[in-house]
Amino acid sequence: MSDLLAARSQMAVSLAFHIVFAVIGIAMPVLMVIAERRWQRSGDPIYLDLAKRWARGTAILFAVGAVSGTVLSFELGLLWPRFMELAGPLVGMPFSLEGFAFFTEAIFLGVYLYGWERVPPRAHLIAGVLVAAGGVASGIFVVIANAWMNTPTGFTLAGGNFTDIDPIAAMRTPAALPQALHMTLAAYAALGMAVAGIHAFLLLRGRTTAFNRKALAIGLLVGAPAAVLQPFSGDIAARFVARRQPVKLAAMEMLYETRSGAPITLGPGIKIPYALSLLAFHDPHAVVQGLDRVPRDEWPNVTLVHVSFDVMVTLGTYLALVGLWAGWLTLRKRDLAAHRPFLRAVAIGTPCGFIAVEAGWMVTELGRQPWVIYGVLKTADAVTPMPGLIVPFTTITLVYCGLAVIVTRLLYRQIVQ
Amino acid sequence: MSLSEVLAGIILVALTAYAVLAGADFGGGIWDFLAGGPRKQQQRALIAHAIAPVWEANHVWLILAIVLLFTCFPAAFARLAIVLHIPLTLMLIGIVLRGSAFMSRSYGGGGGRVFAVASLMTPLLLGVSVGAIASGAVGSARGGNFFAVYLAPWLTPFAWVVGLFALACFGFLAAVYLTLEARERELQDDFRSRAILFAALVFTIAALGLMLSPQAPLVERGLLATRWAAILHMGTAAAALTVFWALWRRRYRVARVAAVAQVSLILWGWGLSQFPYLVPPDLTIANAAAPRITLELALIAVVGGAIVLFPSLWYLLKVFKSRRAA
Repeated sequence: MSDLLAARSQMAVSLAFHIVFAVIGIAMPVLMVIAERRWQRSGDPIYLDLAKRWARGTAILFAVGAVSGTVLSFELGLLWPRFMELAGPLVGMPFSLEGFAFFTEAIFLGVYLYGWERVPPRAHLIAGVLVAAGGVASGIFVVIANAWMNTPTGFTLAGGNFTDIDPIAAMRTPAALPQALHMTLAAYAALGMAVAGIHAFLLLRGRTTAFNRKALAIGLLVGAPAAVLQPFSGDIAARFVARRQPVKLAAMEMLYETRSGAPITLGPGIKIPYALSLLAFHDPHAVVQGLDRVPRDEWPNVTLVHVSFDVMVTLGTYLALVGLWAGWLTLRKRDLAAHRPFLRAVAIGTPCGFIAVEAGWMVTELGRQPWVIYGVLKTADAVTPMPGLIVPFTTITLVYCGLAVIVTRLLYRQIVQ
Repeated sequence: MSLSEVLAGIILVALTAYAVLAGADFGGGIWDFLAGGPRKQQQRALIAHAIAPVWEANHVWLILAIVLLFTCFPAAFARLAIVLHIPLTLMLIGIVLRGSAFMSRSYGGGGGRVFAVASLMTPLLLGVSVGAIASGAVGSARGGNFFAVYLAPWLTPFAWVVGLFALACFGFLAAVYLTLEARERELQDDFRSRAILFAALVFTIAALGLMLSPQAPLVERGLLATRWAAILHMGTAAAALTVFWALWRRRYRVARVAAVAQVSLILWGWGLSQFPYLVPPDLTIANAAAPRITLELALIAVVGGAIVLFPSLWYLLKVFKSRRAA
């Protein structure tokens, strides 16, 4: 394993781990606030129990997220010092703002956890809303920093160095909006549908308690609309990529030759004619750039990007269909918690959103390669000169596996008990 | 005072907050490791009670320092990240292990040993890294030799004495805080004697560090020569004596304030002694600074953040206080 591959793998493991906690940190507070609001209106103690459980879950995962976030902030420099030296003055701004959003989230989570009997009900609910807002804000700031790597703006390149630095222009990088929209919806869809799925599973197993019914309803309330909207934000993101990062789109769709009326490749020999041109430019005869437009050494890993993309789209579509089904049943005033085929479909969806999030990040990160700053700095030129990077990669991976086991066991106990 | 100096000062403030808040959490791990005597179980229970896992969120101070460092002084960050790759990675592993073991133990699993060892590892390596920077070895690491660039700068007696010093300071802070947390007199006395012992240890290691300080000529000069340094030293000494006196008289609230002041002044003493260098002997606050526009925006972000943050923090503390009163 080369040092570059070891560094990339270490970064991938750290991000793949952290993103799970980031997603939960963004979406879990929303569930908790909805449950509390319903408790305040109805006085039903089950809602209070739900709000408290979800708040505890948020706290545990928040603490793990703080740990894995600390690791990442160091790894940016430990693995990619040249990248940080160039990008730091430009992307430092969203990272600083993210720090403060995270801080605010932590403080109001503290108020929320310890304030049940100490602050007025309205103030307590507002604290919960601020936790949710802090979660979304910190997610968006980090995505902005990542978006800048895809469509770098706010500088002039002169002899390998940046001049005329403008951090505000960097923050207004064009990829920011489509990426932030796609990621925020992803967080709500993944967590909402996962929570609904767990409780659907328990309902199927005969635990038809009011607790599971109410948890299912709130999970779907957050997850289903987000899952239904996600394909639309995906469309915006894909059309953006088609214009600004054509090589990434070509890898996503395995398009080797530039052509008009480009098809979508589903598998070996299975193609839908004109579909790619239609999706990417909303015109069946539009010209879509293929991988042939760039030299071979500037191709990303086409197979990996393509498979990740298809995994994301398949799972996302599945969740969107489940979301539509939930909406349809609700419109017809059917009891969702008693509809066994529906419950089965929701239960199957439990891990889908999280897998789709991981796959989606693989698409955007692997699809940008070999660049770390698209078109400006190659990943190979950003890596630390330190040799033997396989050692930290292996160690960090093992340590994270241990942490994953502990957290999974802990959450399992929280839900089952 | 220039803009870049203000931002360097803010980084030092964030590090100080990390030392007095998260440092005490690490110190709690040290006392968990060293728990002993007839009240061993009560000591561990008190430590577990005092530092709930939620306080892993204290790492945000370290994140803030790092983010400001790479935003405002990217060249310094890159240098540290390359030369101190090994100790910083070990420090991170310590943070993860500690977090995992803590979770596991707080929710009924095993992992107490890991928790304790990881609590020792992280402050030690943090201190070693600071010592390596202050000695000028990080800044002057050059050449293609693996040992010379990646190991020698931090494998010096001076760096490790600073590491032990950080460990002693954190243990000292935690013991002082725990005297306030404990409810029974015997338990208070357990941590009172530990606090006094570690206060003496902090003093001894500081003296040892001073003996080795010719290895860090810049710090030596800064610590001994400048006028500001003299004032800071007097402040540190006054705080240290106050801690001894307050612990002796069982004035634990006074002891806590004085201990926080003492550790903060030590950190500021370090900052002042290597001023205006970030990574001696060549990277200064001025020559490692990012373009002015970045510095201005970073300052605006910090001030704006503080405007949101401090009222929120004040509100949180108010909520906590009302809990205590109830």
